[in-house]
Amino acid sequence: MSVELLNFIETVLNGLMSGVMYSLVALGFVLIFKASGVFNFAQGVFALFAALTLVGFQTGQIPFSHLINELFGTNLHNWYPSLHSFLAILLTIVTMIILAWLVERLVLRHLVNQEPIILFMATIGLAFVLEGVGDLMWGSDVKVLDVGIPSGGSIWLEEATIGWASEGSEYYGMYIDVLNVWATIIAVILVTALALFSQYTKTGRALRAVADDHQAALSVGISLRSIWILVWGISGFIAMVAGIMWGTESGVQFSLSLIALKALPVLILGGFTSIPGAIIGGLLIGVGEKLAEIYIGGLLDIGAIENWFAYVLALVFLLFRPQGLFGDKIIERV
Amino acid sequence: MSLDKIQSIPYGKEVIKIKNISLAFGGVKALTNVSFDVKKGEVFAIIGPNGAGKSSMLNVINGFYKPTSGQINFAGEDRKEMMPEFAAKSGIARTFQNIALFKGMSTLDNLMTGRLLKQKQNFLMQALYFGPVQKEEAYHRDKVERVIDFLDLQAIRRTPVGSLPYGLQKRVELGRALAMEPEILLLDEPMAGMNVEEKQDMSRFVLTANDEFKTTIVLIEHDMSVVMDISNRIVVLDYGKKIGEGKPSEILKNKAVIDAYLGVAD
Amino acid sequence: MIYRETGQFKSTYENDHSIFPLIQDKIAFNILMLIAFLFVPLVIDSYWEKAILIPFLIYSMAAIGLNILTGYCGQVSLGTGGFMAVGAFATYKLMTIFPELNIMIIVLLSGVITALVGIVFGLPSLRIKGFYLAVATLASQFFLIWLFNKVPWFYNYSDTGQITVSERTMFGIAVTGANAPSYATYLFCLILVVGLGFAAKNMIRSKIGRSWMAIRDMDIAAEIIGVSPLKTKLSAFAISSFYIGIAGSLYFAVYLGALEVTESFDIMAISFPVLFMIIIGGLGSMLGSFLGAAFIVLLPIFLKNVMVDLIGLSAVTAKHFEITTWGLLMVIFLIVEPHGLARLWSLAKEKLRKWPFPY
Repeated sequence: MSVELLNFIETVLNGLMSGVMYSLVALGFVLIFKASGVFNFAQGVFALFAALTLVGFQTGQIPFSHLINELFGTNLHNWYPSLHSFLAILLTIVTMIILAWLVERLVLRHLVNQEPIILFMATIGLAFVLEGVGDLMWGSDVKVLDVGIPSGGSIWLEEATIGWASEGSEYYGMYIDVLNVWATIIAVILVTALALFSQYTKTGRALRAVADDHQAALSVGISLRSIWILVWGISGFIAMVAGIMWGTESGVQFSLSLIALKALPVLILGGFTSIPGAIIGGLLIGVGEKLAEIYIGGLLDIGAIENWFAYVLALVFLLFRPQGLFGDKIIERV
Repeated sequence: MSLDKIQSIPYGKEVIKIKNISLAFGGVKALTNVSFDVKKGEVFAIIGPNGAGKSSMLNVINGFYKPTSGQINFAGEDRKEMMPEFAAKSGIARTFQNIALFKGMSTLDNLMTGRLLKQKQNFLMQALYFGPVQKEEAYHRDKVERVIDFLDLQAIRRTPVGSLPYGLQKRVELGRALAMEPEILLLDEPMAGMNVEEKQDMSRFVLTANDEFKTTIVLIEHDMSVVMDISNRIVVLDYGKKIGEGKPSEILKNKAVIDAYLGVAD
Repeated sequence: MIYRETGQFKSTYENDHSIFPLIQDKIAFNILMLIAFLFVPLVIDSYWEKAILIPFLIYSMAAIGLNILTGYCGQVSLGTGGFMAVGAFATYKLMTIFPELNIMIIVLLSGVITALVGIVFGLPSLRIKGFYLAVATLASQFFLIWLFNKVPWFYNYSDTGQITVSERTMFGIAVTGANAPSYATYLFCLILVVGLGFAAKNMIRSKIGRSWMAIRDMDIAAEIIGVSPLKTKLSAFAISSFYIGIAGSLYFAVYLGALEVTESFDIMAISFPVLFMIIIGGLGSMLGSFLGAAFIVLLPIFLKNVMVDLIGLSAVTAKHFEITTWGLLMVIFLIVEPHGLARLWSLAKEKLRKWPFPY
């Protein structure tokens, strides 16, 4: 094989893996949109909040310690030196479920029957609140997150592939971050579990009913509120997983909430209501972005086009297929 | 301009000829080979059971749906399809089965939207809002006030239409269509969900519009007594096919129509 | 007793359709304008200018722009920051290319350039609606910021990537640059805001405004009464961008004087706050644009006074509180009064009209 081809394969593989991350975040959006009709702009901040909370539990940080110290001149820091990652994750999950409950109780319940756009803007407000509260609780410094997932280049893969290049060419093997491999495995497990849950359990059926038609679901006795809490909880959980992955890679800081913005083109591409759309769309965007960065960005010599390239890709696609990848053809009725 | 062409057609002559129109959404056939004519100045009714394709037919006439096959002869010209904007410019106005008003705007503003096509000042003039724009606004306001008088909408002139009761919303919607001073008025179930008095009022408005403004009316309605009373001619659709056409008295005797409405006796 | 319409009869449709149908409103507005144009310039100092009045006027302009697009035409946009950046960089380039051109003309031209850019980025609105469009406008935000950051021509190849304003005068008095007196910058912005504010109000109450609202409330019905979605949506994008571009131009030339694009026009710095303004102020309300802008300018000052000066929190913690407060207010407003401050104002006026005999 030629080096170009091997490099291409490496790029695609890396693209697929970063695409998995986009898919995960997009999945959180889609679940909430299907079940409660809300375009949850706070999904990215959910991920940030979950990661902050996880680090907080792990290191035993006292919530609001900065604030208390400033107000009363105390010097509070930690409850305990450290906590096992597994326990910390469990506690974080509990926190995310409480958060989901609070969102339903304090926000969604009061906005029933409002226009979608009002709900959307309410989630922008929610994003602000969570960002502010997260910072107040845990401080805004960059934190290291390590729950024991290995990271760094895969030496095994490098050694295995080094001989693939044709004789005499300079090739050092493929580079793939182990963290991404783990992320992919975890995402696959997560999505499979979700699919099984929604197909084969009673709650899952209720969930699908709500996604299809709120009124009809209500009329057969499904409690919308508990389904909403469930769905927001699941999305919080997915956000946590995404937060762990991104946080491990580049530290827990405000920019983590911006991954939501990266997942939005996935939504346009895959459609707001399609779970397969979110997954395939995420992979496509991941690959497209990496390829574009190397082959277009390199060509133009202006770099850093990944900020908007995904959007343009999604938009161009949309011009030809307004209903997205897996959406049904839109028939407007009057 | 096709508006002039329509106006030059004498009363009693065909203004719209539907020729073998079929419409399908994917595999679902909404209309199959439907043909009929609408004559200028008449009240023409389309009736049929639910799902017969009546609303789809109106949507084809004003260009919201593109027929899969067939032709529409409009004002003497054969067309494959109509376009909504073209239809509006050619003097076709319509109301909807599920009210399609601008809910955030007042009754007056809703009616004024009916005059949009006739307002010619450009946006720079509108931004400055001096002489000509003001005159134009007042002129169209005057036209709209006549419609308000005609439909007895004075009391709700400034009310946002979203908060009006159903019957009044229907009336405002008719008002918006009338404000366009249409040559042809398409009414999709204008009396659905109304009580007898409201139906009488509505029938009166429709007949007056037809009588005084000489507006051609194409109407979908389920209430047979109303249809038989006010329409000149009727076409009956069932499962997207035409099963009868003629004067009310003829339709009443039509075997296929009776079967479609009452079911076939085995 | 004082505030009521009794005895005021309209004998022409022109009168009935005026901006202030009530004589009391008209008088109040005129007094406000007298104060704004004659009294304030006499007493304005640099703190009032830089911290309150200029930001208020500029944000009002941006809010009017976004309100036209989102509040009146129903197209949600998250790209305000990008369009303001276009206005700012257009001003910078025009200033350096045509040093002799009058600053007022430069500002207006910047608006026109932004309007053209707005039309291009408004094109997706013809195919996509609602949230899809909101996300698409984010694309314009990211693309434009990236463009001004990465293409050195826009910042004249300066090392820092910053753009800096040079001094320009109106009637011999500097209105931009470090030496511009407070009253001059204030009046310059005020004239633009009042003039263009009236223009916006006029458009809204005539044909083009009704077309926008028709598209907003029900695009299908609008199309069927002959409103062209193409022309209407693009005109909303163009005119909205014109206002936002002028806001960006003033933001750069009059307010900041020097700026760097990623920092000043970030989505968090502009797009969301301006959206926040029109929600709090009132979607589809001219008054709301001003109330929202005032709110956004005053809230941080108020919070800073309370938290940093009174309670003694650090600036960073106070900032976090500010973000939280914004979010909370946004949610509370949407729950309690989705129509914003403007609705509260009109409810208050309604009460006043009946006072002291409410029944």
